[in-house]
Amino acid sequence: MNGKKLISSLLAVVFLVISANTVLAEKKDLMMATTTSTDNTGLLDYLIPYFTEQTGIALKWTATGTGKALKLGQNCDVDVLLVHAPSAEKTYIKNGYGKDRREIMYNDFIIIGPESDPADIKGKKISNALVDLKKSSSPFMSRGDDSGTNKKEKQLWKNAGMVLPEKEAWYIQTGQGMLATIHMAQERSGYTMTDRGTYIKYQDQKGGNAPLKILVEGDKILLNQYSVVTLDPGNCAGAKYDLALKFSDWMASKPAQELIGGFRLLGQKLFIPNAK
Amino acid sequence: MDFIVAGFLKAIELLIRFDPSTWTAVSATLKVSTFSMVISLATGLPCGFVLGYFNFKWKRSLRTVLDTLLALPTVTVGLLVYALISSQGPLGEFHLLFTLTGIAIGQTILAFPIVTAITASIVENIDPELKLTLVSLGAGKKNIIATCLWEVRYGILAAAVTAYGRVLTEVGISMMVGGNIKYHTRTITTAIALETNKGLFADGIALGIVLLGIAFAVNLSLSFLRKQ
Repeated sequence: MNGKKLISSLLAVVFLVISANTVLAEKKDLMMATTTSTDNTGLLDYLIPYFTEQTGIALKWTATGTGKALKLGQNCDVDVLLVHAPSAEKTYIKNGYGKDRREIMYNDFIIIGPESDPADIKGKKISNALVDLKKSSSPFMSRGDDSGTNKKEKQLWKNAGMVLPEKEAWYIQTGQGMLATIHMAQERSGYTMTDRGTYIKYQDQKGGNAPLKILVEGDKILLNQYSVVTLDPGNCAGAKYDLALKFSDWMASKPAQELIGGFRLLGQKLFIPNAK
Repeated sequence: MDFIVAGFLKAIELLIRFDPSTWTAVSATLKVSTFSMVISLATGLPCGFVLGYFNFKWKRSLRTVLDTLLALPTVTVGLLVYALISSQGPLGEFHLLFTLTGIAIGQTILAFPIVTAITASIVENIDPELKLTLVSLGAGKKNIIATCLWEVRYGILAAAVTAYGRVLTEVGISMMVGGNIKYHTRTITTAIALETNKGLFADGIALGIVLLGIAFAVNLSLSFLRKQ
């Protein structure tokens, strides 16, 4: 192959890639990274069409753990975040990656497990429950993915005065989303920690009669706050800050808050709106 | 077992009802796999032919590298493309992350070695008698190459089908580069992964059946082509 031919075939490839880009091109919309719980429960499928209808802004989202969502924002691969790890979010803003953080809604974390409850943790305080879980060596499924739920769970082990039992055979790091982790816990008749919204979704799937039951709940420390975080234009000049701010405003607005409160399965609220 | 039967019924239902999330996943799958196949065939076939037909210094080593690339794990391609097209990456300014184009680039990288390696093997194994006969009949160089290409047309078809099978069924690249965005970059395979994660096995099986249906349709039309 001589030089001219080589160049022309290279040009042909470049042309193909460019034309592929035009044909496959999607509209450039607001891109959000969020946690698996807001997606798995169906909240976003229910809520976002209202947002698009009222503001004319199309929103796309990728559901991943909060840890990765923050990273996607830091790399400017998305425009806005809907996450649930308050202290990590505050550090994030302090480090110059995030700009505004607005609290939108909450639910709470619960420990669920088989009805037979071999570790005997039902109704106990969270710290005592974790100590007993360790003693009994019953299988415990951890997300193990640095998601918001996983960050909280690690903090709880620490608060209970233990090192994270990550090398123990009964401590299983699934590396999967919340709903997938609940299903794994069910298969192994094990325990796991979940947000209440995802648990209600799981109950709903099982027709209201889920094999895994709520065993520990109600501690103040188990509060699970969801917030919208916009990216700092100083770090991500390309991110659509104006649209992100509009989304944040809309999520905190009265109609959106009412919609969130109205999202129920089995008659229960999955998320409780609390924007100020 | 129940959910396998349920999945089969659900597949029919989803398709007949024109369920939008199923159909957008089908269309996303077809779009990216078609583009990656067009590009990998357009580049892989000539490269494979050159590699199989001519003898040159680094031929053996090149073949070894290429054969190794046949085992390229899709998650590795996903990671590589992700690093390339993320905003912080060298191609960041084109904003290809979370787009179908991004997935198509990854799948092209996956398919190219398959097309090239299989084409090279086939061309290498052309009966040496054929060339001799053609030369003795007084055929020119161009004629010889054209006749050789015609001789191996079914082999090339096999290369394309093999590469298409890999592209159609991969999940690593689509998930990492596409982000599994509903109605946009959710392909059939990433949708199956998601439904399984959510414990909705019947939905997952339904999508699996749809995917097999596509593969069947493609192979059927190719075998028809062969008979002609």
